[in-house]
Amino acid sequence: MCRLFAMTSDEPFSPLVAAKALDVMREGHDGSGVGLFLSDLSGPFEDLKDAPVLSGIFTSKGLKKLDVHMMELGFTTKYKVTIKAPKPSPPGVPQRDVYLIRAYEYPDEWHAYSAERRAFELMKVRLDLRRMGEADGDMIVFSFWPDAIMIKEIGDPLTVVQHLGLDRKELMARVIMAQGRQNTNYAINLYACHPFFIQGICTMTNGENTAFVPIKEYLSSRGFPGYMGYNSDSEVFAHILHYSTYQLGLPLEAYKHVITPLSDDEMGDHPNKAFLKQLRQTCRRLIIDGPNCVIGCLPNKSLFMVQDRKKLRPGIVGGRPGCYAFSSEECGLDAVIPDRDKSLDFQPMHLDTAIVSSDRQEVHICRQTQSLPQALCA
Amino acid sequence: MQADTIITPSTLCVKDLPWQIAWDKDKCTLCGRCAAACPMLALELAVYRKRVIQPPMGLEKAPENNFESFYGVRQKTNPDNACVGCGMCNLVCPNDAIIPMHSDEADKLRFHNNKGGIPRRRGGRRNDPEGVLDRIKFTRISMLTDPALDAGRHDFQLSTLLGRVLPPEENLKLQREQGWIPPVREIYPLIIGGMSFGALSPTMWEGLQMGVTYLNEEVGMPVVISTGEGGCPPRLLRSRFLKYVILQIASGYFGWDEIIHALPEMKVDPCAVEIKYGQGAKPGDGGLLMWHKVNKLIAAIRGVPQGVSLPSPPTHQTKYSIEEAVAKMIQSMSMAWGFRVPVYPKISATSTSGAVLNNLARNSIAAGLAIDGEDGGTGAAYNVSMDHMGHPIASNIRDCYLNLVKIGKQNELPLFAGGGVGKRGNLAANAAALIMLGASGVQTGKYVMQAAAGCLGSETDRCNICNIGRCPKGITSQDPRLYRRLDPEQVAQRLVDMYLAFDTELKKIVAPLGRSTSLPIGMSDALGINDYNIAQRLSIDYVV
Repeated sequence: MCRLFAMTSDEPFSPLVAAKALDVMREGHDGSGVGLFLSDLSGPFEDLKDAPVLSGIFTSKGLKKLDVHMMELGFTTKYKVTIKAPKPSPPGVPQRDVYLIRAYEYPDEWHAYSAERRAFELMKVRLDLRRMGEADGDMIVFSFWPDAIMIKEIGDPLTVVQHLGLDRKELMARVIMAQGRQNTNYAINLYACHPFFIQGICTMTNGENTAFVPIKEYLSSRGFPGYMGYNSDSEVFAHILHYSTYQLGLPLEAYKHVITPLSDDEMGDHPNKAFLKQLRQTCRRLIIDGPNCVIGCLPNKSLFMVQDRKKLRPGIVGGRPGCYAFSSEECGLDAVIPDRDKSLDFQPMHLDTAIVSSDRQEVHICRQTQSLPQALCA
Repeated sequence: MQADTIITPSTLCVKDLPWQIAWDKDKCTLCGRCAAACPMLALELAVYRKRVIQPPMGLEKAPENNFESFYGVRQKTNPDNACVGCGMCNLVCPNDAIIPMHSDEADKLRFHNNKGGIPRRRGGRRNDPEGVLDRIKFTRISMLTDPALDAGRHDFQLSTLLGRVLPPEENLKLQREQGWIPPVREIYPLIIGGMSFGALSPTMWEGLQMGVTYLNEEVGMPVVISTGEGGCPPRLLRSRFLKYVILQIASGYFGWDEIIHALPEMKVDPCAVEIKYGQGAKPGDGGLLMWHKVNKLIAAIRGVPQGVSLPSPPTHQTKYSIEEAVAKMIQSMSMAWGFRVPVYPKISATSTSGAVLNNLARNSIAAGLAIDGEDGGTGAAYNVSMDHMGHPIASNIRDCYLNLVKIGKQNELPLFAGGGVGKRGNLAANAAALIMLGASGVQTGKYVMQAAAGCLGSETDRCNICNIGRCPKGITSQDPRLYRRLDPEQVAQRLVDMYLAFDTELKKIVAPLGRSTSLPIGMSDALGINDYNIAQRLSIDYVV
């Protein structure tokens, strides 16, 4: 079972902090991979908040291909961090040419695009690059979005972070999500590594998604080009969140009602019963069956954690105003925020969504039995 | 040697019949119950003559012939009285002296039961005990990475939806605008398929209705039952129990005069309206209630004269195209209940199911599609229709589901599969397999008759005389002497037993797959079969 750690802090922090938290939870993962998502960036990227940042792994040939392609599209580089891993790699970590994090200036004509169109086009560029890379095996692209960096690699999380020298000023961020991978498949495809990203929405999960195939079929048939990939059964959690947020316009509080709707008994005299019943029916194919703990981040930098109905996976949230973390295990929290009031730690159960918004002042617990925002059900 | 009887081309001996009655003289008490209970009047009193040679002691006298006679039963060999193997003789015999035995070779009766040029007609099902559903295994067992669930103690949400489910975008928009959203019922995924009042006896119908009500109101299982084409008893139409009933309208429109007239007096809406366009057991053929069963009560409910056969046309005669047949009829029926009741068609499985499905997918109010495979049952049909017409359900439902997936409407138009579900007794396994192939639920009729009322029929041509109203168990008879054998209370109790057992078995299947929050519709990654071609055809795993 994988281990998850995510933190949101007023003070920018290094990916090494997250890697250390994963390291104390190493009994729960086998060091077969690490995935990092960085947002609310500090350092040089802080001044480039609107510039889309491309994150990926490239061979030298792939890098040239990328440059040609991006220039053809009219993108110009504003800033970049190129990580060339020292040789030799530690055991279990593959040797790559370049880990690239590059912020671009939009092509001129994109400035006239609406936010929606721009989001769509950015996703299309990422998908095109992914396809080009898959064809020749020379590019792996994780994200292309403003104020978002992703790094994924095979190997032990702490080893990889140290080996790649990710503890650097340019990669300090206020929101970091990290997953330590437990390999349940033999060949590791980096596209199967968490976190998963789509248009500013990012999630990571532990556990297996037993309802994967019907959900994948449903999402794939929505006619939205971003709903693809599915190298991992957990990718659907990011896409369901994207679908409920972007396509349906639902708030985060409703996400849990989509993936694990209340039963008739639980609904009882819920103030939004009629709405929830309709939502349960119309989104039936997006119901997950777990066992999964999902940690995610929204474009507004809110972090959240939800569990499936069975609540078989561990998950805890805690911290203090200005700094909160979500972790698979309490020891992960202890390693990073030892000076918190532990009595306020919270382990979300099967009806809860634990949310820490970008002001980082409190953990907001939303139970499914509570009423939803009024505007939603009007 | 000259025969002691006239031999005609159709003269058969006992050996030529499909069933031979084995009778034990030594055990027989000559009570006559077997002959009285035989629905085919296949037994007659017989006086047997027996020669006994009595050799005397010594050499003085020659041996003597003594002729004795004894009484017993004799099996008739004319086609009209051929034993159907129901076994009622065995059931009523106090001494186990009699039992029908299946012939060890293909019978000769089949060449002769077309007297007057009328081919064989019967009730029952296709005479083929095999089927692909029983071969499908559930292979995705959760172990350690995603622990299996406790089928006995975990909380399961196994209901399904019957009705047109709008895509989320549209549904939310209509909720905001307070627009009309098609009615959707949350029901138990095992529906009692259409068996009409007429095909079934009054006691059987009453028992099923009581059982369904008990399941809903006492057990909390939202089980629903289709009426079949024969209308609905007036009191049920005007009762609060109508909500558990799917009213079926078929090409003969039997009973619909009564239903339409009851509309203003209905306390609740029916669960749904099923428009029957076809039946898996006899595709392309309309319903048939033979004259034997059209008594006063049936005639009154159906609005027809007594004692006449009631063959429904093969299709709805007032319609001439798929648009007419489907769209207008769905609209008309929806309108009758103010668009508060889901209306869906039922067709027999066919290689052209996809065309119907595509048409329904474009129809904004079609509430689903029920597809009845070739192994479905019937109260009466021609033997050739039952044995040779139709399409297996597995590939048909799979094709239709994958077609919906392709166009992204897999949650919008629920598919219900029927025809041979549980034909070898594995109801839950067959149902789960169909659900994972893409059905939102299944319909079953024969299994209900067998489990709840003790129907004797089988896929090896046992009994299957539902058509002539002589059902020895009183399930499909309109003769009070027969249907009084069936106690409705006991039928209800057996139905409840059957559903509770099914529910436990279904949980025993889905729990090890790690599923409990929703019915695993289309979870094809859980399925495997040890036949490569079938696996390819159904897009499931080939496992050996």
